[in-house]
Amino acid sequence: MTSVIPPSSGLEDLPPGTEPGALPPPAAGRRTGWRAVLPAWTPKLAVGLGLVVVIALFGLLGPVFAGDPATIRNIGLTGPSGDHWLGTTQTGQDVLDQLTHATRGSLQIGLLVGVMATALSALFGVIGGYAGGIVDEAFSLFSNVMLVIPGLPLVIVISGFVPADQRGSWTIALVLALTGWAAAARVLRAQTLSLRNRDYVAAARVAGEKPWRVICVEILPNLLPVLASQFVFSVIAAILSEAGLSFLGLGASNSSTLGTMLYFAQNGFALQREAWWWFVPPGLIIAAFGCGLALINLSLDEIINPRLRRPGRGRAARALSGSSRKDAVRSTAV
Amino acid sequence: MTTLEVRDLVKEFTLRSGLRRTRLRAVHRVGFTLVPGRTVALVGASGSGKSTVARMIARLEKPTSGTIAAVGPDGARIEDRHYRDHVQMVFQDPFASLNPFHSIEHHLARPLVLHGRAKGREQVRDRAAQLLERVNLPAGLMDRRPHELSGGQRQRVAIARALAPGAQVIVADEPVSMLDVSSRLGVLNLLARLQREDDLAVLYITHDLATARHFSDSIVVMNRGRIVERGPADDVILDPRHPYTKTLAAAAPDPELRGRLRSADPGPEASSDRDHLTYDHDAGRWVDIDADAQAAVTAA
Amino acid sequence: MSHNLSPQAAGAAADVTRDAVLTVRDLNVVYQGATPVHAVKDVSLTLHRGEILGLAGESGCGKSTLAYAVNRLHDWPAEVTSGSVTFHDRDGEDLDLLALPPGRLRRFRWSKLSMVFQGAMNALNPVTTVRAQLEDVLTTHRPGMSKQERGARCAEVLELVGVEPRRMASYPHELSGGMRQRVMIAMALLLDPQVMIMDEPTTALDVLVQRGILREILRLRDELGFAVVFITHDLPLLLELSDRIAVMLRGEIVEYDTAETLYRQPRHPYTRRLLDSFPSLTGERGAFLRDGAASRTQVPTDGGAR
Repeated sequence: MTSVIPPSSGLEDLPPGTEPGALPPPAAGRRTGWRAVLPAWTPKLAVGLGLVVVIALFGLLGPVFAGDPATIRNIGLTGPSGDHWLGTTQTGQDVLDQLTHATRGSLQIGLLVGVMATALSALFGVIGGYAGGIVDEAFSLFSNVMLVIPGLPLVIVISGFVPADQRGSWTIALVLALTGWAAAARVLRAQTLSLRNRDYVAAARVAGEKPWRVICVEILPNLLPVLASQFVFSVIAAILSEAGLSFLGLGASNSSTLGTMLYFAQNGFALQREAWWWFVPPGLIIAAFGCGLALINLSLDEIINPRLRRPGRGRAARALSGSSRKDAVRSTAV
Repeated sequence: MTTLEVRDLVKEFTLRSGLRRTRLRAVHRVGFTLVPGRTVALVGASGSGKSTVARMIARLEKPTSGTIAAVGPDGARIEDRHYRDHVQMVFQDPFASLNPFHSIEHHLARPLVLHGRAKGREQVRDRAAQLLERVNLPAGLMDRRPHELSGGQRQRVAIARALAPGAQVIVADEPVSMLDVSSRLGVLNLLARLQREDDLAVLYITHDLATARHFSDSIVVMNRGRIVERGPADDVILDPRHPYTKTLAAAAPDPELRGRLRSADPGPEASSDRDHLTYDHDAGRWVDIDADAQAAVTAA
Repeated sequence: MSHNLSPQAAGAAADVTRDAVLTVRDLNVVYQGATPVHAVKDVSLTLHRGEILGLAGESGCGKSTLAYAVNRLHDWPAEVTSGSVTFHDRDGEDLDLLALPPGRLRRFRWSKLSMVFQGAMNALNPVTTVRAQLEDVLTTHRPGMSKQERGARCAEVLELVGVEPRRMASYPHELSGGMRQRVMIAMALLLDPQVMIMDEPTTALDVLVQRGILREILRLRDELGFAVVFITHDLPLLLELSDRIAVMLRGEIVEYDTAETLYRQPRHPYTRRLLDSFPSLTGERGAFLRDGAASRTQVPTDGGAR
């Protein structure tokens, strides 16, 4: 269905025969180039960025000011107080100190996995999609296989096979990245398939560009919003899966993450002893960080699909005029 | 001074539906020659295979058989790795043929650098500005992005890009069909001027018989992958011989013939035994390409 | 430019009462935004019963906006700021379309005034059959109809537009582009409307297919007597097809006359420009100058920025 498209900022409205020297003012409405990669400033994005930045700063700077999280005191399981803002654990360790280090650990793994998974998905999705033919068949078969393998059980099995003393955060990140890239690769492949048939890609080939340059210079920039969204998504997934793994006792042995905090809280019967200050903060941070990233992701979606963007004034105006888009579409389609 | 010789071009596509494979012949034994300073119009309805011919000449598709050879002024065939220095293409949709992410400068600078026409940032910018000037655009557009330009301006940029490698043969695939009416003639006149200045060989692909007649020296009419008629532009349009060309010419809107829509539909002329024949106005006779090919084989 | 027009506009307004089916008076449509764009300026048109009115103009001239506003299909940020659109029903009732409450508007649309959009053939639902989509219109607007009657009516309109009724069982992708556009026209005919607005219905089609469809539209108009607003940038096509033509430029109607007069004596320079943009197939070369000497003088002007 065609919709009414407002004439673009007067550009097409120039009188015919306008002198070529008369440059139209730069259009403000539509954005391309680097600006297009940045999401529009919305409350959604502001809240999401706020949450993520605060938590990231907490994880980044917190450990500098915090005491040693491993210090054992003889005041086990006391509630929040002036000395220990978030109380202590069963063995008298300060929960706030632990929380800062755990947040840093979780963010580290999330970031590592995000980078690796995005790189893998870009490799398989974009190259497969662009090359086509047998390469595409092989790559998409491989990513489909990775997609149908149930992730968490596989992670558990792999983690189980690696001896506990060698299970560093890098190992865990690698395992999570290897199991988490396939879905993103499929999305990127679909996008690449549509981009590679664009005339500007053909034009670049006619100009004599090498395939890798066509991919990197002509296609990748236009995939940036999708890549960013996939990156954010895999960071969320990684932090959650890592927390799950650690909670099950299969996490990195030498590092502390939000998941290991929950694991120790569970082992110390925090829930049964109603020591909420021990398990609620790490849970809250996981939830808030996930929420923040999800909000960022929604804003990124609006770049990928501009139709999701509705001006706020629109609703009021339409309510006044008494005809809604739904109305119009239904009656024209029927 | 490059000549492009297209001989016996055949393109087949394999269609897969389930396990069945069918082969579709999109282009059948098409041949013509593009000479410097002259324009050949390739005319046909959609699906006639004219765009496939363009894509094969631009080396975006591989021909199933047949040859496309660029021949230099000395009569020697141009090597494959230099082919793109000589043959360039202008695409139909100027809104799709420029990358929305990159500036206008990028679109001109890359072919300049790739084909060794300019080195260093300064020289590249100078050359790009010259190219823009040649297509009647101000150099100030260089830092703009495609979406800030109108359709006509974009198509001028696309033409400048095709000229950037110093191409002598330009394939223009429906260069004005997506443009606003009032900018069409401007772009066509521009192409004509550039052709005169650089002595370019131009293949103008279109479905519009009127501009084909006025813009080109000779016309090749294609239907279902075959050439059905060829000859000097005025001969083909004013004295069409093949039933398909006649139908096509009759279908073009003509205010002078107001009211004919109301008369009974003559329908396409009864498909004759001439469907597989080509009328050649230069030779003044019907040609059977398949029979000629057969004869050539038996003679050899 | 509108002052050039006033005598004609007045003339058009004078014969409103005769046999008009749609009257648009001083319509203004503005796209509200940081800098409001006046897309349609003081447009007055009269569509007579059984007339084919051509609306010519280039992209962004406001011709589609006008068509949408007439049917109140415009959406925010487009807003009708002033003017009136009146529909004169066959049974004598006058409807003020801009004041119609949503419920009545819904019933009005399609049954009295239907639209065929540009690229409408791609608006068919790919997962249901042509029959289901045609019948859907009838079940919505003619709830009293029996199943047999619906089937019969669908077959009838398909036959009208030259599609074999047995194609009803087909899915849209099994039909060619021209065939799908015919189905869309059939759908627009289903409820026997008095006005059809066609927004570039043949632009995406081949010349040969386009010809067939135009012939069909003209024949149906003669048989069924509906009026057509035909929107396109293709002036030669309009000259051949329509009774009267309105040329739009930047939201205004700059010339509004019979096709014959517009072709023989175009008054507005823009109309002349548009006419010159289409070289004649068999005639003189017109504005198209290819020969060396002539085009050298042409060089400065051929550099229009557009």
